[in-house]
Amino acid sequence: MQSQSRFKYEGQKLASWYFTVAVILFGAQLLLGLVAAIQFIHPSFLYGVLDFSIARMIHINAMVVWMLYAMIGAVYYLLPDEAGIEVVGIGIAKLLFWILTLAVAVVVLVYIFIQVGPADAKTIWFITEGREYIEAPRWADIGIVVVVLGFLANTFLTAMKGRRTGIITVILSDMIALAGLYLAGMFFTDNISMDQYWWWWVIHLWVEATWEVFVGALAAYGLIKVVGARREVVEMWLWIEVAMLFGSGILGLGHHYFWIGTPEYWWEIGALFSALEPLPLVGMFVHVLYDWGKENGIKEKSGADTTSNNTPALMWLVSNGFGNFLGAGIWGFFHTLPQVNIYTHGTQFTAAHGHLAFFGAYATILIAMFYMAVQGKNGIKKLRATFASKMAIFLITFGVVGMTVALTIAGYEQVLIERAQLGATWEAYFTAQNQLWMSQAMDWRLIMGIVTTVGFFYLAKDLLTIGKNPKNVY
Amino acid sequence: MERKKVSVWSDNRFWQRSAIWVTGFASLLLIWLTFDTMGQIRMGTQKDINNHVVKRVPSSTVINYKVEYKMSERRGHEVPVIGGDDGKGNSLFKVKEKFFGRDDYTQKEADALLHLGKLASQAKNCMDCHTLLGNGAYYAPDLTKAWLDPAWGKNGPMQAMTGKSTKEEAMAEFLMHPDKYPTHARMMPNLGITPKEAKALVAFLKHMATIDTNGFPRGFGKIKEGVVYAKSK
Repeated sequence: MQSQSRFKYEGQKLASWYFTVAVILFGAQLLLGLVAAIQFIHPSFLYGVLDFSIARMIHINAMVVWMLYAMIGAVYYLLPDEAGIEVVGIGIAKLLFWILTLAVAVVVLVYIFIQVGPADAKTIWFITEGREYIEAPRWADIGIVVVVLGFLANTFLTAMKGRRTGIITVILSDMIALAGLYLAGMFFTDNISMDQYWWWWVIHLWVEATWEVFVGALAAYGLIKVVGARREVVEMWLWIEVAMLFGSGILGLGHHYFWIGTPEYWWEIGALFSALEPLPLVGMFVHVLYDWGKENGIKEKSGADTTSNNTPALMWLVSNGFGNFLGAGIWGFFHTLPQVNIYTHGTQFTAAHGHLAFFGAYATILIAMFYMAVQGKNGIKKLRATFASKMAIFLITFGVVGMTVALTIAGYEQVLIERAQLGATWEAYFTAQNQLWMSQAMDWRLIMGIVTTVGFFYLAKDLLTIGKNPKNVY
Repeated sequence: MERKKVSVWSDNRFWQRSAIWVTGFASLLLIWLTFDTMGQIRMGTQKDINNHVVKRVPSSTVINYKVEYKMSERRGHEVPVIGGDDGKGNSLFKVKEKFFGRDDYTQKEADALLHLGKLASQAKNCMDCHTLLGNGAYYAPDLTKAWLDPAWGKNGPMQAMTGKSTKEEAMAEFLMHPDKYPTHARMMPNLGITPKEAKALVAFLKHMATIDTNGFPRGFGKIKEGVVYAKSK
């Protein structure tokens, strides 16, 4: 496959490697998600072999890692294009890719075959840290830091040598913050409140601040490339988004500090700033549709062809606008006020929000990047959506929205019966879990998970074949 | 590129500077609040207990005391009560309670137990089924106030099932052999927890129940009809 590559830069070829691993891990995420979803309905499924805790851990870790892979890939893809030069130290960059991928493979194998260890430091260093989302053992943490430092060196040296655009400035400063925050999750403490305080620095300041800014920058790049939006306009939007996202997201961290032992003043700070978090997402939604419509209008008036030059990528960019606003914005706002959150905290409500938010905010735009890489790899001027592209976006979106609705219903039931009515004990928990509304919701979640997975197969097929078929190319 | 005269609202540099100022200001505020919070959630010591100083995260030696979760008149929600209360939801730090037959764990012993328990909670991936302080996965009950769960108390179904006569022994027995005591089709797997680890995990759970979580979970274990309702199913 490499031999036919028509990428302009080696950096973009490296990006396509990162994207390939990302898609494979995306598949692993869905597979393990299905296992966990089946276990909710038939708890004996793989009991003692691949318990829920392990399936769920790999489900989520695969997601975090595929998204990070796709984000690193996205940087390597757009950086040489924006800067106008090859990535500096591309040989080292490629070596780092192999080191990282090998490390990820080892971590996953240990997760699957060793799973848990005795309560000592060796387990933390070599098996699992057991902290949700960032379970990777300490040796891998250090490895990740080393690889990321190399990545930052590659990208910064490139940016310094080449043309420095607003998009590059935002992405690279964001990457420093993103990498630095990981350090907050790399220590052990006996104090669980302290543990959770810093743990949220990684989780929240990633997904509700730095990752969102990253998405803003990708959307800016995507709009320039796909619909030909004007850079000055797009970059101005981008700076406004950075101000709004960081302005609300950094202190929005407070909404995780309501109940973990931290002082009461986080109620007010968390409520206020996290309630503002949807605003930039509305802005980003408007921005994508507005720029798309505006560029179309300009082309129409001048009699030019109005089709975008990459329709699958554009479809996913638009679904990012919707999904980010709905999943992260609306579903997040539902339970962000402490008056509501005292009941919803730690229920299926959170799972509903998690599914739609990670999909809407991140999966969509990263898939758009995959399609842009397919276009670049095959040197295609205009890439047209195929039947498989349409099935992929329809089934994946429908499936994730379906799972979200099912989990939201499950969440309501759990909140009302377990929390409000019965007072959150062990028996209250299982009483709520035994309700028909819960089991029906879990059935629907599995069905919709299967729909999503079928959509994924269409996506994988499309990414492999769309660029080769002359019918889809103008 | 020639710079046209434009309104400040459509000037890139204005928005770039705004972004930097807003980000800088929010970050500084967060760092300042972090310093304050760090002070407030640092773990207390036995000295604090002796001096009746209420800490948000109390000393590991709370395992020597009776622990409850009661409505605080002043704060309007439930708070952990350590060693008995004055009727208004304030801890008295007096009433002791035996933990595995002892109520005289020294600071050093209690710290070591808590350390091992916290390590075990991570080494066994508790958070990928349960929630701790409400964070984690939703496949199994929240453990924030598990120590206070009536199911483990005297006459509680879980204590009865394990055949043990104290809460801590029942919990430790369950943790070591969860597959022997199915409480639901969704069984906890056997994670190879040793007796030492089990005891430490129970200490970790008892300590967690004493953390001031601003009233989360609300009404924990207070609704008796609910428990009856659950049993009748």
